[in-house]
Amino acid sequence: MKSLLNWKAPALSLAMFLLLIGIWHALTLPKAAPPPADTEYAALIGAAAAAGQKSAFPSPADVGAKIWQHLQEPFYDRGPNDKGIGIQLAYSIARVLAGYLLAALVAVPVGFLIGMSPTVYRALDPYIQVLKPISPLAWMPLALFTLKDSSVSAIFVIFICSLWPMLINTAFGVASVRREWLNVARTLEVGPMRTAFRVILPAAAPTIMTGMRISIGIAWLVIVAAEMLVGGTGIGYFVWNEWNNLSITNILTAILAIGLVGMLLDLMLAKLTRLVTFPE
Amino acid sequence: MNETLIRVEGIAKKFTGRDGTDTTVFENLHFGIQPGEFVCLIGHSGCGKTTILNILSGLEQASAGYVFVGGREVNGPSLDRAVIFQSHALMPWLTVMGNIAFAVSSRWPEWSADKVAAHAQKYIDLVNLTGSEKKRPAELSGGMKQRVGIARALSIQPKMLLMDEPFSALDALTRGVLQEEVLRICAETRQTVFMITHDVDEAILLADKIILMTNGPHAKIAEIVVNTMPRSRTRHDLHKHPHYYRIRNHLIDFLVDRSKLFAAVSAEFDPRHPPLVSPGLDESDGADAGARSQTGGTPPLAAVR
Repeated sequence: MKSLLNWKAPALSLAMFLLLIGIWHALTLPKAAPPPADTEYAALIGAAAAAGQKSAFPSPADVGAKIWQHLQEPFYDRGPNDKGIGIQLAYSIARVLAGYLLAALVAVPVGFLIGMSPTVYRALDPYIQVLKPISPLAWMPLALFTLKDSSVSAIFVIFICSLWPMLINTAFGVASVRREWLNVARTLEVGPMRTAFRVILPAAAPTIMTGMRISIGIAWLVIVAAEMLVGGTGIGYFVWNEWNNLSITNILTAILAIGLVGMLLDLMLAKLTRLVTFPE
Repeated sequence: MNETLIRVEGIAKKFTGRDGTDTTVFENLHFGIQPGEFVCLIGHSGCGKTTILNILSGLEQASAGYVFVGGREVNGPSLDRAVIFQSHALMPWLTVMGNIAFAVSSRWPEWSADKVAAHAQKYIDLVNLTGSEKKRPAELSGGMKQRVGIARALSIQPKMLLMDEPFSALDALTRGVLQEEVLRICAETRQTVFMITHDVDEAILLADKIILMTNGPHAKIAEIVVNTMPRSRTRHDLHKHPHYYRIRNHLIDFLVDRSKLFAAVSAEFDPRHPPLVSPGLDESDGADAGARSQTGGTPPLAAVR
């Protein structure tokens, strides 16, 4: 019974996939050519035009062939406008990780401080409330103007967007550590540093990790938009470049790759969260 | 009275409500605990039992009065006074060994890891948890968790053990077993204990002295009952001792009726020296109690649990 249930969901997923591909395939089938009004004219403009209208939107087979082609050679580099999708993804991941790790370096200690001290919390709260809802892309012109480097600006945008969830979750996790664990530390005369690292940090770790998981999701959403603006390299730039090339197959391939990488990043953080979460 | 380990002098606790009015939970409490003594505090909910324990441990400040331990005033938590929390308060990310080793290395920061582990192991063995060292709290039953709590408190070799209803969250069978363990461990280690409970039988089994609190607000110590039964008592032969029902009836009488009426009859009452009574030695009261138990006067369930 259990094995049957385990088997049902993947089967349903596969059925939905096939159905979607089928509809997509049906919608992109070449339309039957209307009988040529003038056979002489048809002969003049060529066989392709005469044979009927091929849809501008690629069929599943076209996209599949394109994906296969990219998989064959993901890391080729033939000049600034022709790089493999693997290289572009690597650029994006590197930017996301750089901005994200910088944000973690700032957010976790500052969040710790905010969580420990109600005074610091109330002092910083207005800034956080105003800065948090600003779209990270709104910072882009300012970053370009001050940092004078498009790649560094993209990293800055990732930094600023992944800062807030980590900061708020760290502060919340630290502030809501169970009173009795702190009381245990107090009755054992544990010093403040040892309490912070041996009691508060492990107690708040699941909440901090949840914030980090939200942040990596947002960072991956923002990097595509940021790279469309700054250009040069990255998967966001690739999508925009292929839009200029009007290569819908490449765009579809990139969209699929963005989704898969985002899922992998989320899975990694979810696994890390499970490592630091202990049931009571 | 020179050898008194803990001396409580006139402590009180007031809370200021949102409307600015003061509520006095308890006031003018005086009592002492001798080394090696097991003292239980009994009272209804709301008389500030946990607050008293927190003041003794140093986790809370009294609004008035002083607590002295070994002649020195308490002004914060200390490794001298270990606390066993009602909710065991184990850290779920540490194993049994880790929880106890954390306490041991806090007590003796200069010790090597091996020495800490060996010391912790001794106390794991003492509470009969040998073999569960590597388990995390989530894998333990309620009774086992509380054993870890007891081992953690004892491992720092405190002068004094403070227990806040340590067995109230456990089922009756586990509670009985753990009470006997505590009795055995206290006999072995000559540990001084202050324990809060609302279980009359638990108090009679464990305590040398039972402090009775009146109902709050303005709760006071009504009297201190001396347990006149021999210290070798066990859960199985407790009720066969002639003193047992006299003490028990006295306590239940107090909890059911007198704890409420106390304020009215306190004209000659001196809070500095609450009366020390030994109902176990009172022959007439015993006869009375015997007669009552024959007529089927069962004590109210709420007090017996």
